[in-house]
Amino acid sequence: MFEFCADPKSIDGLAWLSCYLTTPKHASMYYSILTVLGLLFLAVPPIMMLGFAGALARRSHIAPVRWFGLGYTSIVRGVPDIVFFLFFPIALDQAVEYMRHKIKCPDVMGSVYQGNDFVVCQAAKMPLGTSPQWIHEAWGFTLAIITFAIVFGAFTANTLHGALAAVPRAQLETARAFGMSDRQTFWRVHLPQMWVYALPGLSNLWMILIKATPLLFLLGIKDIVYWAKELGGMKTQAYAYPHPDWRVWYFGALLVFYLLLTWLSQRVFDRVFARASRGMAVAR
Amino acid sequence: MTCADSFFAYAFRALGYGERLLPKSDITLCDQIFLIGSGMMWNVYFALIAILFGFVFATALAYARVNAPPILRWPADAFVFIFRGSPLFIQFFFAYELFVQIPRSGFEISLGFMTLSASTSWLTKAWLGATIVLFLNTSAYSAEIFTGALRSIPKGDMEAADAYGMSGFSKFRRIVFPTMLRLAWPSYSNEAIFLFHSTALVFFSGFPAWRREADGLYYASYFAESTFNPFIPYPIIAVYFIFFTLLIVGFFGLVSKRLNKHMAEPPKVKFKLGAMLTR
Repeated sequence: MFEFCADPKSIDGLAWLSCYLTTPKHASMYYSILTVLGLLFLAVPPIMMLGFAGALARRSHIAPVRWFGLGYTSIVRGVPDIVFFLFFPIALDQAVEYMRHKIKCPDVMGSVYQGNDFVVCQAAKMPLGTSPQWIHEAWGFTLAIITFAIVFGAFTANTLHGALAAVPRAQLETARAFGMSDRQTFWRVHLPQMWVYALPGLSNLWMILIKATPLLFLLGIKDIVYWAKELGGMKTQAYAYPHPDWRVWYFGALLVFYLLLTWLSQRVFDRVFARASRGMAVAR
Repeated sequence: MTCADSFFAYAFRALGYGERLLPKSDITLCDQIFLIGSGMMWNVYFALIAILFGFVFATALAYARVNAPPILRWPADAFVFIFRGSPLFIQFFFAYELFVQIPRSGFEISLGFMTLSASTSWLTKAWLGATIVLFLNTSAYSAEIFTGALRSIPKGDMEAADAYGMSGFSKFRRIVFPTMLRLAWPSYSNEAIFLFHSTALVFFSGFPAWRREADGLYYASYFAESTFNPFIPYPIIAVYFIFFTLLIVGFFGLVSKRLNKHMAEPPKVKFKLGAMLTR
C-alpha cells in the first residue's frame, strides 16, 4: 500500500507494522467486519417476521396452530443454538437439492442416500457446479441468514408473546368500549402498546445476536474468526511478513471489537428506552 | 453388530474406554445413540464444575460490586463487563491461544523446604482449560443476576437485621444471602440452562479433542459428516439436551420450593421467558 513497503524484510518497527497491517489479506479481514455487520442487519427483518408469526401462532384460536407455535419456540429454546447452526445449513441444503433432484431428474431411480453418501444428479446441485465462486458464497450466506432467522425467530416470538401478554387488560377493554373490532383493537391499541414491554427483551436479543455472529465461522463462511486464525498463525521466512504465532493477539483484537460493539449497542438502547418510556409509569 | 455390542464399544468411548476407533461404515442407530450419549458426560462434567465454582465466585463478585470499596468494585465491574460483552466462542479461542503461549515446561515454585512444579500443559486440555473459561463466563453472568438481586433486597429486612443486632457475617449469612438467592433464583436457573447449552461450544473452538474423546456435539457432527445424513444424529443430541434441560428445571424447582417455604405465595420457577433472555 505504501511505497516503502516494497521490500518488507528491510524495514522494521512501526513502518513494518503499518505495512503488515495493510496487506491485501488484512484488507480481507477488515472487509469481513462488513460480513458480520451485514449479517446482523440482513438477519433482523426475517427474524422479526418469524418472531411475529411465532408470537401470533401462540395466541391463535386454532389449537394446532397454537401447538405448532409452542413447539417451535420450546424446541429451539431447549436445544443449544450451535446444534441448529450445524444442523440447518446441511438440512436445508439437502432439502433443496432433493426437491430439485425430484423435479429436474425424475428419471433417475434409487434413493439419494447411497451408503454413506448423499447423491443427486448434476443438474440438481445447489448451486450448480459450474456457477462462479460468488454464487457459492452467496448461497452459503443465505443459508446462514435463514438459520439465524429460525433460531432467533423463536427467541423473538417468546419476547413478543410475553410483551403482548403484558399490555394491561384495561387498555384493551377500553378499546372495546370505544366500539373497536378485534382487528382494530389489535392494530391500534394492542400492538403499539406492546413495544414498551418488548424493548428490553428485544435489546437483549440484539446483544445475543451480536455474540452469536462468530458462529458464522462454523458455517464455513470466511468471517473475522476465519481471518484471525488464518493471519495469526505462524508465518515462516517464506512469507513476506514472517512472524511467530500471533493468534492470541488477533483473538484479543476480536474480543475488543465485540466489546465495543456491545457497549455501543447498550448506549443506543439506553437512549431508546429513555425515549420510549417517556410519560409512562414504568419502573426501570 | 448388535445393540449390546455398540453399548460396550461406545457407551464410555468419550472417557477412553471401549473401542479405540470411531465407527466408520455400517453405522447403526445404536452406535449413534450410545456414542453421542457418552459424549454428553463431558457436557455434564463441564456444566457441573463451572456452575458449582461459578456460584461461589459470582456471590463474591456481586457482593464486591454492591458493598465493597471502589478498589474492589472496579475490577469486579470490569470483569463482568468483559465476560458479558464478548462472545463465549471468542473467549474460548482467546483463552486457548493464551494457554498455548504459557511455557510448556511449567513453573517451579520454590517454597524453601520443597519445590512445587505446576504443569501448565493441562491448561491446553479441554478438561481444565475449557472448564476455566466456562467458570469465568458463568461467574460473570451469575454475578450480574446476583447484583440485581442484592440491590432489590427489601430495606425493611436489612433494618430488621440491624435492629436484632446482627452485623457483618451473621447478617450476610442469615438475611442477605438467602434473600438474594430467593430473588435471583428464577433468572439463575435460566443461566444454568444456558451454561449447560454453552458446553457444546468447547470442541468447536480451539480446544482439541484428545484421542477423539469429546462431547456429544462433536460426535453428532462426526456422524453427520460421515453418513451425510444430519436428520439422525442432531435430533438424537437434541433429545439428550432437552432431557438434561428438564432435569435442571426440575432440580432448580425443588430448590426454589425450599427457598420460598416461608412465603405466602411462592413464585413458580419455570423456564421463564423474559428472565432467560438476559444472557
